[in-house]
Amino acid sequence: MSTVNVIRGVSWRTLKNALTNPQILLPTMLFPLFFFTAFAGGLSQVSQIPGFDFPPGYTAFQFVFVLLQSAAFSGVFTGFGVARDFEGGFAKRLLLAAPRRGGIVLGYAFAALVRWSIVAVLLTVVALAVGMNLAGGAVDLIGLYTLAALVNFCGFFWAGGIAMRFRTMQAGPLMQMPVFLILFFAPVYVPLNLLEGWIHGVATVNPLTYLLETGRGFVAGDAPHVAGAFAIAIGLGLLFWTWAFRGLRNAEAAGA
Amino acid sequence: MSTTMTQVTAIARRSVVRTSRQPASIIPPLVFPVALMLVNAGGLRRSTDLPGFPTTSFLAFALAVPFIQGALFSTMNAGTDIARDVQTGFVNRLSLTALRDFPLLVGQLAGILVLGIVQVAFYIVVGLIAGVHFASGPAGIAVLLLYGAIVALSFGALGAFLAYRTGSGETIQALFPVLFVFLFISSMNAPRNLIGVDWFRIAATLNPVSYMIECVRSLIITGWDWQALALGFGFVIVLGLISLRLASGALRARMTRT
Repeated sequence: MSTVNVIRGVSWRTLKNALTNPQILLPTMLFPLFFFTAFAGGLSQVSQIPGFDFPPGYTAFQFVFVLLQSAAFSGVFTGFGVARDFEGGFAKRLLLAAPRRGGIVLGYAFAALVRWSIVAVLLTVVALAVGMNLAGGAVDLIGLYTLAALVNFCGFFWAGGIAMRFRTMQAGPLMQMPVFLILFFAPVYVPLNLLEGWIHGVATVNPLTYLLETGRGFVAGDAPHVAGAFAIAIGLGLLFWTWAFRGLRNAEAAGA
Repeated sequence: MSTTMTQVTAIARRSVVRTSRQPASIIPPLVFPVALMLVNAGGLRRSTDLPGFPTTSFLAFALAVPFIQGALFSTMNAGTDIARDVQTGFVNRLSLTALRDFPLLVGQLAGILVLGIVQVAFYIVVGLIAGVHFASGPAGIAVLLLYGAIVALSFGALGAFLAYRTGSGETIQALFPVLFVFLFISSMNAPRNLIGVDWFRIAATLNPVSYMIECVRSLIITGWDWQALALGFGFVIVLGLISLRLASGALRARMTRT
């Protein structure tokens, strides 16, 4: 059995679980839409603050944040599934059955990507339906969704690494909270130059700020520090990839 | 002590002790709403520059949100705990005793009521430490504590209804996003008159949660706004009465079935 077969088997099972169980599917689909609605709808007047300058408008400004957020959380929610598989003993059987165990992690990661893709399509359709302006061209949009896909991988490899180390659903807050914090310590509501006080200092050193600014730039058709944002995303991806595969070794050593 | 009081006291003690022994029931309702409030207050500070914004402190404006967000946690906690009682057969065993349904319901909500008061006290202390000035003064703070208790009881009763109706903790957890819609599509982040998107402003105006938030907000930033207080107390009391009625009916049906 090749690695590809393992990836296919694990991702198929994970997706079937995620897409046929409303209790798992609904939060993944609904939370990004709630955030988008609440931010783009409820805070639209924020674009009237002196100094706020984002020509495509506040809906597009918030769309990018929610897109990246949904990417990260689709990865984290897939990490919950890994923890559940370990807790229920299924992962033990997976480890016994798979000759290429790296395929297990990659299978989950692929499932996380597909899961997020569905959310991204829904979110994009809703955003366009409510009148979001896109100033960027096709290449910009490819850049935006590629960047978000990298965030999805980072989210999954982070949460998967935690799941394989703790092997219990009780580690859920540990998977979720740091991701939540890093997302909200970025310039969520206004551009970085309009933030004041402690949140400005935190946002300035938060790597997600640069991904967010580049993503918003893609939508506006004038993306800043593209190379830097991709370098950060790929660097974090590699770091969390190592973290996740070490987690797998950890689980193997513990006999899962 | 009458039989009913004895029954309520016994179940209430169990409910309070159970809640106090579960850090997962206590810490998230305290920490998550405050963390979100601080982050929002930092990110949206410049909103106070908008003409017509009712205060110069976004933290004072945002402090009302944890009161209702914490209540949503109360709904989930009460629902999950009671669903566990259904799933583990505790309710079945009680149905074999002389215990009546109403004392059981009231007693089971005691833990959430105590937690609700602790939550509100915690949010008020955080606000005071952060420098928020309560325009209604110490009497307003006392009203906030009372309001927090009623909110916790009302939302807890809603959780109890869902739990008795479904008998499943997982279903209660899955309903969390549905309840969150009401919080999100409200005036939680902006005053209704400053919401620029028409449909959102209409939805927020029709949403009772907006009035619950504005009731708390009025005590913090306005002082004694009797209209806001009447609407806030009115909606939460109506929600509580309806939820208690529904929960009582669902409990009776469940105890009859078993």
